[in-house]
Amino acid sequence: MSELTNLTIADARAKLAKGEISAVELTEAHILAMEAARGLNAFVTETPELALERAREADAAQQKGEAGLLSGIPLGIKDLFATEGVRTTASSKILENFVPPYESTISANLKKAGAVMLGKTSLDEFAMGSSNMTSAFGPVISPWKRKSNSNAQLVPGGSSGGSASAVSARIAMGATGTDTGGSIRQPASFCGIVGFKPTYGRCSRWGTIAFASSLDQAGPMTRTVKDAALMLQAMAGHDPKDSTSANIAVPDFAAAMTGDIRGLKIGIPKEYRPDGLSAEISKLWDDGIEMLKAAGATPVEISLPHTKYALATYYIVAPAECSSNLARYDGVRYGMRVEGKTLDELYAKTRAAGFGQEVRRRILIGTYVLSAGYYDAYYTKAQKVRALIAEDFRKAFETVDAILTPTAPSAAFGLGETNDDPVAMWLNDVFTVPASLAGLPGISVPTGLSSEGLPLGLQLLGRPFDEETVLKVAGVLESAAGFKATPNGVEI
Amino acid sequence: MGYVIQGETGDWELVIGLEVHAQVTSKSKLFSGAATSFGAEPNTEVSLVDAAMPGMLPVINEYCVEQAIRTGLGLKAQINKTSVFARKNYFYADLPQGYQISQYDQPIVGEGTIILDMKDGSTRTIGIERLHLEQDAGKSLHDQHPQKSFIDLNRAGTALMEIVSKPDMRSPEEAAAYVTKLRSILRYLGTCDGNMAEGSMRCDINVSVRKAGEPYRTRAEIKNVNSIRFMFQAIEYEARRQIDIYEEGGEVVQETRLYDATKGETRSMRSKENAHDYRYFPDPDLLPLVLSDEEIASIKSTLPELPDEKKERFMRDYQLNAYDAGVLVADQESAHFFESVAKGRDPKLAANWVMGDFFGALNRLGKEISDPPVTAANLGALVDLIADNTLSGRLAKEVFELMVETGKAPGDIVEEKGLRQVTDTGAIEASIAEVLAANPDKVAEYRSGKDKLFGFFVGQVMKATAGKANPALVNEILKKQLG
Repeated sequence: MSELTNLTIADARAKLAKGEISAVELTEAHILAMEAARGLNAFVTETPELALERAREADAAQQKGEAGLLSGIPLGIKDLFATEGVRTTASSKILENFVPPYESTISANLKKAGAVMLGKTSLDEFAMGSSNMTSAFGPVISPWKRKSNSNAQLVPGGSSGGSASAVSARIAMGATGTDTGGSIRQPASFCGIVGFKPTYGRCSRWGTIAFASSLDQAGPMTRTVKDAALMLQAMAGHDPKDSTSANIAVPDFAAAMTGDIRGLKIGIPKEYRPDGLSAEISKLWDDGIEMLKAAGATPVEISLPHTKYALATYYIVAPAECSSNLARYDGVRYGMRVEGKTLDELYAKTRAAGFGQEVRRRILIGTYVLSAGYYDAYYTKAQKVRALIAEDFRKAFETVDAILTPTAPSAAFGLGETNDDPVAMWLNDVFTVPASLAGLPGISVPTGLSSEGLPLGLQLLGRPFDEETVLKVAGVLESAAGFKATPNGVEI
Repeated sequence: MGYVIQGETGDWELVIGLEVHAQVTSKSKLFSGAATSFGAEPNTEVSLVDAAMPGMLPVINEYCVEQAIRTGLGLKAQINKTSVFARKNYFYADLPQGYQISQYDQPIVGEGTIILDMKDGSTRTIGIERLHLEQDAGKSLHDQHPQKSFIDLNRAGTALMEIVSKPDMRSPEEAAAYVTKLRSILRYLGTCDGNMAEGSMRCDINVSVRKAGEPYRTRAEIKNVNSIRFMFQAIEYEARRQIDIYEEGGEVVQETRLYDATKGETRSMRSKENAHDYRYFPDPDLLPLVLSDEEIASIKSTLPELPDEKKERFMRDYQLNAYDAGVLVADQESAHFFESVAKGRDPKLAANWVMGDFFGALNRLGKEISDPPVTAANLGALVDLIADNTLSGRLAKEVFELMVETGKAPGDIVEEKGLRQVTDTGAIEASIAEVLAANPDKVAEYRSGKDKLFGFFVGQVMKATAGKANPALVNEILKKQLG
């Protein structure tokens, strides 16, 4: 592991600007790391030649004094973002050989800022999962190991598992993620990195393969809060091609990290401390509260009474939208096709062969809850509860400036350690889903280790479009926690 | 309310409601920037959005929204300030997204009315239930290959207005008058070209029958009717079919039926049990469509004078009867043509010429009023020549035909051909004297009581004057000289 791959984005920018390192050097170091860590299976597609080409351009731009915000910074791009001329699969067989003739707004924005794409990172198929085990191209492995058993392979979380694993293992300085119910924050927590889901509407969804349109939101995954702020700066902004993208000015996110949170009120929702919450997570949370208190903020106990309905609501809304969003993968125009004697047979065979089990499960649930006779009982009811959940937060933010909770109910679990109960898997999202339903910004910051030496994260939530406060508090939490642990086998 | 169908068990009444799909006149599609010209090469007017590529998102075309509002205002309908786009989910090869973006429980336009102008000059008011915006699907071509279907996505994503009537029509004539009037209004507004042959206006017909005074019975929906003539046939066939079922003791099932123009019959397409469950839900890619009073008012201020108002004005200002006024306002060009002719002239005379010889010439030559064989200015000049007695009605018809042939102004034709009417009493008297002198025996017969011979003398005089003598003067002087 070289010194170069351990730099933060902020440090690398400074060194690049001063000419201490070149973008090509930096990129080469990361390409080597990517090759060395293939065992993690973090990438669906590696693009080293493209990366070097971009790095050379970045060096040229640096020389001319025209370097963008992320000039020469090697990043992983989740394989849900369409990349022009580069295979984009959503980790699904149905798009195994799909090469889009267009670039997603998010990856285009990063490109414009000078970022270097190392490759496309793996994910749960169509972003549906919390373990990255549902990828059609095999599970992604976390670089972290348990103290007690260094042979057991752990999941990186999901759905942005490839991104989390790559950033944690020092393959990429940062990576894009998408978060529908926790897909940035939960893997960030599992892999000991920072994952930031901004407010719904902050980042354009154009060119990002849709899972659940009313929830999907792109965000950065990095090793520091400052890096997340820098990356989000390049990603965010109004996009007329996405009707749900907010026409709101993008503030200077890094500048918001003043380190001063004195007088801020931090909400501690009592509903996030259920009876079964592990002592480890409970202590992590209490420690976090103390850190913020020590920095001059005031913890305030709050109630978000509809929290207990969030998961059920999410697992109606998200599958409903996905059942419709994934209808376009029909074998007619692009992607996989399995021929049939009739059109219906072509559909059935193509979709049966192209979609994995979890995707099929969610399409079926979604189709069911939207069906005549069930719509009101499920979909309409879920929309009403969703409004109540958003209202809980709105009321809470009348008195507090941010909310602190655990990110996930546990540390990373091992591959094959979960039973086949999909609902048990869905419980991973219990703390992240409410903010997704309300469209709020949420960040996961690594603040401690489990008894097994695995990273644990805390989540900070903010008001809509108040990413600045979230980043400010997250920066303070990060400094106070002083999380320095790195995955086993990663030398610093 | 005259229309009844006689069955073995008595008289049956028809109940008809129409769903008209009108393609919005717009250069680009409802949710993408792709072009929408008719007859383009297959799959050349398809954007990434229309082909439903992964990650593509719809963005509403504001012009199409304006067109829908304009149409709603033209139908005197309620404009809903908040409307919602919903996905109608079903799989078909020419439906790339696997759903159609439409509007479901919150359409952009609510209830309105449309006034039908019946042949006898009477009117009927038909309720509009709603108008909503939706995407069209592409086209499946099944005749290009023995095993495969070809897909043309040019039409996919094109904006349609679905205009739904209340079940207020009671005869095929009313249904035809509804479509005619709706088309006229859409064309006035410039929101749909109304071309049924090119498919830019398509009709689904809901038909049921009942005995007088009964509540509505089960209806069948007939699709694929692409002309007003076929609409007549389809309704009559379907009504008879339903009556036969009832009279044989059966029950009509609610279903979608396809009209077969070659056989002139309807046949079952899918029954209610096999109907799609469209799983409508609000499209999360699109925000609710919210309109302000100002936007609506600003569109309202640009509305043209519509057929009903124009008809009323024609009846008032030009003293036309309801039928004539109705015919003239059916399309804007005819109304405008008439007004150009009638301006400052005898409106009744102008109307007769426009609706008579002029429309006759259009039909005969198969020409459109946008490319008239005789300009309005020239037809007006012709009316002037009649009014100032330069031309008799007969001469005018002759001049009109020459105008059609040559495109020349009537004054020039009159001069060139010397077709000016003779109103010189002396000249006519001389001509009559010659005719009487040449036919002494006929004069004697007339004087002895054979009145019918008067026409013979008129004919002879007209012949002698090459038709140019003023007929009224000829009559008057002849009577005097023979009497």
